[in-house]
Amino acid sequence: MFKLNFVPQNTKVNFVGYRRFSYPFSALLVVASIALFLVQGLNFGIDFKGGFLIEVKTEGPADVSELRNTLGGLGLGEVQVQEFGAPDDILIRVQQQDGSEGEQAAVIAQIKGALGSQVAEYRRTEFVGPTVGAELIESAIWAVVLAIGAILIYIWFRFEWQFGVGAVIALTHDVITTIGLFALTQLEFNLATVAAILTIAGYSINDTVVIYDRVREELRRYKKMDMDALLNLSANRTLSRTFMTSVTTLIALTALAIFGGTIIRDFAFAMIWGVVIGTYSSVFIAVPVLLGLKLSRESLSAGLEEDGSSKDDKAAETPPEK
Amino acid sequence: MVNYPRWAMILTIVVALLGVIYASPNFLLTSEESEQATGVLPSKQMNLGLDLQGGSSLLLNVEVDVAIKELMESVETTVRRELRRSGDRIGYTGLRTQQNAVLFDLRNITDSDKVRDRLRNIENGFELTDTGGGKFRLEMTEEEAQARRQSIVEQSIEIARVRIDELGVSEPVIQQQGAERILVQVPGVGDPERLIDLLGEVAKMTFHLVNEEVSLQEALNGNVPAGSFVRFGPEEEGRIPYVVRREVVVGGERLVDAQPSFQDGQPIVSFRFDAAGGQKFGEVTSQNVGVRLAILLDDEVISAPVIRGAILGGSGIITGRFTVEQVNDLSLLLRAGALPAPMTVLEVRTVGPGLGQDSIDAGKIASMIGLAAVIVFMIASYGLFGLMAAVALLFNLSLIVALLSFLQATLTLPGIAGIVLTIGMAVDANVLILERIKEETRNGRTPISAIDAGYRRALTTIIDSNLTTLIAAILLFQFGSGPIKGFAVTLSIGILTSMFTALMLTRLFVVVWLRRTRPKTLAI
Repeated sequence: MFKLNFVPQNTKVNFVGYRRFSYPFSALLVVASIALFLVQGLNFGIDFKGGFLIEVKTEGPADVSELRNTLGGLGLGEVQVQEFGAPDDILIRVQQQDGSEGEQAAVIAQIKGALGSQVAEYRRTEFVGPTVGAELIESAIWAVVLAIGAILIYIWFRFEWQFGVGAVIALTHDVITTIGLFALTQLEFNLATVAAILTIAGYSINDTVVIYDRVREELRRYKKMDMDALLNLSANRTLSRTFMTSVTTLIALTALAIFGGTIIRDFAFAMIWGVVIGTYSSVFIAVPVLLGLKLSRESLSAGLEEDGSSKDDKAAETPPEK
Repeated sequence: MVNYPRWAMILTIVVALLGVIYASPNFLLTSEESEQATGVLPSKQMNLGLDLQGGSSLLLNVEVDVAIKELMESVETTVRRELRRSGDRIGYTGLRTQQNAVLFDLRNITDSDKVRDRLRNIENGFELTDTGGGKFRLEMTEEEAQARRQSIVEQSIEIARVRIDELGVSEPVIQQQGAERILVQVPGVGDPERLIDLLGEVAKMTFHLVNEEVSLQEALNGNVPAGSFVRFGPEEEGRIPYVVRREVVVGGERLVDAQPSFQDGQPIVSFRFDAAGGQKFGEVTSQNVGVRLAILLDDEVISAPVIRGAILGGSGIITGRFTVEQVNDLSLLLRAGALPAPMTVLEVRTVGPGLGQDSIDAGKIASMIGLAAVIVFMIASYGLFGLMAAVALLFNLSLIVALLSFLQATLTLPGIAGIVLTIGMAVDANVLILERIKEETRNGRTPISAIDAGYRRALTTIIDSNLTTLIAAILLFQFGSGPIKGFAVTLSIGILTSMFTALMLTRLFVVVWLRRTRPKTLAI
């Protein structure tokens, strides 16, 4: 049977050596992301900013400027009217109103009254008040911070602290650059984006843990191998898996981005970026960073006695070709 | 790992088949058939979230503080009345309300015992303390305050339920969220304005006599007689002012029915009081012929007709400049009763049925294409083993659908994204194992030994990597709201089912294949 082989056998990529390039590159990405975030800011959706979002369908192609005029006449402050995927599909955003929270929701009726027969179908109507917006920001930040913290503790518990710290460095790198991407593209940053970021975190950690697991295994097996070589060996031996999983995930996400509908597109887009950056950081950041964290066999010695690999394992081992 | 005991095989097959059986109603039945189905076979379908089936979701805050403040005002009034009891007045100064307590000072300390006697049982859950020097404090206990706040929220939920039931929608969800919030989810209602109107109104109706003894002008200049206040008509009619006696003749809680009707072609509301209310209404109207009767709805004078004669029998009508819709809503609100406290709309999310269906269709297409592409890729990369992984993936999907249906978890649009993502990530465990088997084969192991080592060595990695992703998913569930929770649910279920299919189901395929063919080499 014909089979594709995307990753050649016995690759010998010097991942650790490439840190000369990957470290400055990632540092640049992170700094640029933070700078973009500070300078441009994020295009917060109503989930966080509060306000109104109404998606409508019109009879035939919409007259955007007329809609804008109608809504502009209501004195509701900033009003955005834009096409959403199709010429008869329109997204209307209205800023949060001044005055008490209790009176805000009534604006929906006011907008609908003004639009009247210009609109054929109301597809979505959303309103988020200031209280809820603030709470959503808070819980989103908590979710991301706690997820990273919990993952750190889990890996620390299962491995050694160096692995935990290394994984969190890679993970934080992925999260910051994803936020940077949203600052750069000014894609809407909403609750779905936070979900995407947390999933990216989960995915990236998944990737990293697989390689770390292998590092741990090889550390126990090759007691004398130089640490650089050992890290490279581990990353190379898991490379085909890293690649295959990224490809299948990307295939599914691409299907989602193309066919999943307009609402889910930004989410899929964020995820695609996350998978790419997560894969990159797992091999080019998470692995070499273990060197800098002074990972040594001694730090693993405690686990060695109890968890020594079985004799049968060792019998079948062939040392890596140098 | 090549040892696969018979019981484990049977268990795995049973679980996989149960998955197919429990998932099947989603594909074989229409939603009506699913609801009507009886018998032993499972018939439950996945619950679709409002973003997929269309509907409105409102988050409301019950302004409990407003109701508590009203309560304290009424307690203060009672205390004043008790102290001033005619014939046996007790001198006091500085009667005031501070948060949950009414405070006052006695002019004469010797009255202390009398005060204790009179105020001891004035209101449930209030404690009277003498802080020395004739200073008294009547305070609501902490437990009582908690209990009252909770009961206000519960009453609000009940009344919201009655109001929404009047709309005749199917299966609305009305539940408390946190301490003082109510989540209302109404499937099928595409325009939230009516819900906002219905739930945003306290609808407290009271009947008062108009004070005809003072001139309106004088009252507006600030000379409002004690026991009266100025109230205004609706905005649309130019906020006509009235001087109204504070005393409530009859309150809306005495209403037993209210119906929209017509009089001389004008929409009106006709109402009926209960026995006690009807009697009081009859007495007051017979004693005040010629005086106007103000009908206040949430402190606004909606109508002030002149009493033309005694209204006996306990029923009457409310006229005014109403539209048909307004009288419909007003009678609905009066029937349902007043809310114990005002409610503020914090969040509204509505999806029309058109968009919901579009999202379902798009989700289906994306899943199918994603699934097909991943299957092709797996078979192209791993041949027979890829095919096994692909079949396991199909079982995996049916397990996800089965669990969602069985747990009656809600499938949202982000939830569909979670399923599609799982399709991609589910093969990861298989990839880990297959890559490991490949590697062990290259290291010169026999097929059985390579497969055994592949599974054994991949096991810890699979558990570690999936558990870390599960941690992220659980936190997402904990902190996410609404649709995001749906994503976390499908992602978590997907992680668990893909661990099962990789470690149990594909392994079953592999072991059976091994035993049948006893291969000398592995084509992987």
